[in-house]
Amino acid sequence: MITARGLVQTFHTGRGKKAKEVHAVDGVDLDVAEGEVVGFLGPNGAGKTTTLRMLTTLLRPTAGTATVAGYDVVKDSVQVRRSIGYVSQVGATFSGAYAGDEVVDHGMLYGMSRADAVRRGQELFEQLQLDGLWKRMPKNMSGGQKRRLDVVMGLIHDPTLVFLDEPTTGLDPQARANLWDHIEGLRSRLGATVFLTTHYLDEADALADRILIIDQGRIVASDTADNLKAQVSGDLVVLEVAADQVTRAAERLGSIADGVEVDGLRVRGRVQRAGRVVPGLLRDLESAGVELDSIEVLRPTLDDVFLTLTGRSLRDAEAGETEDQTEGAA
Amino acid sequence: MSFVRESNIVFRRQLRMNLRNPAWVLIGIMQPVLYLVLFGPLLKPLVSSFDTGTDNAYTFLVPGLLVQLGMFGAFFAGFGLIGEWREGVIEAERVTPANRSALLVGRLMRDVVQLFVQSLILVGLGYLMGMRGDALGIVYGIALTLLIGGACAAASNALALTTKSEDVMAPVINIVMMPVLLLSGILLPMTLGPEWLQNLSDFMPFKWIVDAVRDGFAGDLASSAVLWGSVWAVVLAALGTWWGTATFRRENA
Repeated sequence: MITARGLVQTFHTGRGKKAKEVHAVDGVDLDVAEGEVVGFLGPNGAGKTTTLRMLTTLLRPTAGTATVAGYDVVKDSVQVRRSIGYVSQVGATFSGAYAGDEVVDHGMLYGMSRADAVRRGQELFEQLQLDGLWKRMPKNMSGGQKRRLDVVMGLIHDPTLVFLDEPTTGLDPQARANLWDHIEGLRSRLGATVFLTTHYLDEADALADRILIIDQGRIVASDTADNLKAQVSGDLVVLEVAADQVTRAAERLGSIADGVEVDGLRVRGRVQRAGRVVPGLLRDLESAGVELDSIEVLRPTLDDVFLTLTGRSLRDAEAGETEDQTEGAA
Repeated sequence: MSFVRESNIVFRRQLRMNLRNPAWVLIGIMQPVLYLVLFGPLLKPLVSSFDTGTDNAYTFLVPGLLVQLGMFGAFFAGFGLIGEWREGVIEAERVTPANRSALLVGRLMRDVVQLFVQSLILVGLGYLMGMRGDALGIVYGIALTLLIGGACAAASNALALTTKSEDVMAPVINIVMMPVLLLSGILLPMTLGPEWLQNLSDFMPFKWIVDAVRDGFAGDLASSAVLWGSVWAVVLAALGTWWGTATFRRENA
């Protein structure tokens, strides 16, 4: 459905002596199969939106090629646009227009007849729980309703491939969970291939079959969430014990775990397959006379994955990228 | 065919939004109407000394105000576009297969229709206040107004999509409009001025257009001002449309 090879996007910023080239996207290769739901993950400024804008024909690649839905993004951009739906980060409707009117006009720009656009629009309003909001203005909608309206705009022409850019940014947890259901429905109900960018780990985890991680303009990983997590060496085991038993607990955990650390009353270390080794650890601790206040086993998160792959945590990466806010505006 | 259809879709959408908020049409025409009502009377004792072919202050003033309406009204069209861009509307339209020039043309159609309505109001009001003019010449004057209005609206949309900021656009428009206003002879004829000022104003296309509309209202459609004004209006319309479509077609905008 999507094949990209060596995609590059270079922006020029500043003038004269301050002029510099910014490689927002620096050689991206990616493949997405039909029917896949792919999560595109990375910190702000990593090149997510820029890549997406190249794949959706909004931005001409500086170098490289991309085929989307069977068409070249540069040579057959109109065919690409016909085949894809795009739900952008900023929205797609004017705040002071009726929601239904915006959807119908949008469908008509895709070549649909007014009657078809009205019929399809109303179906989608129902599917996305927007019934009764046809004559509501977006400025009078809740955040969740507005995002769902944006999704309707992106789906009006029944695209086979849907791009969603940060679909749940700024939504409250309930609206977010609700939108997740609808995004899952894109494939199960409409049979669409879905490509979504996010910087929420749990979102990629919950929705995507496969995750692509981009950092500093390059793809650094592409795999299922489980396989990516398996790359992180093991599960984190955290023991909490009384002060006089910390050393002994650390010793016992150290016999099966890597990188044991002590933090106050907590002892933590990574083990392979916690499910298999924890029962033995418990027996071992008991026979060594260690009384546990608590034990926690944490599966690796995508944050851990990012840390393993790039040596930085996602949050640090975002803090360091404040300078690169031009991406969204470019 | 699809270009016309797509322009129409955009046009109808824009018109619908304008009709929902007609205050803008009225705010746009407030300025020329105020000039007409509050400045017109001041010209009455002076106009016979202007040597512009009319003794009627309103026949002199209305053509200038028409051109002013075409320039100023249309120049503010771009502000609405920035709002739409900020809300993602432009990008959403650009990701459809619709022709990108149609996205501009549909908006220009709205601007020209709005300007047409405002022109009729202005001319009608002028007539009530005592303006008299040649019917064909008035039609010509309004046509010329629409032509430069379209040009200015296209330029304004291009500027809006290039700057994407009201804060940048407002001063730019101010810097451009002040000399245009002063050198076009909209309120007083340039012939009153010293020679250097007259020579300077000869380089101002809008002065020729104002003179052309004035001659039209006076029934003198064969004057050289009409020729030059018409040529300038067509040239400006072509330039504006070229800039506008180039901006809308640019890949990264």
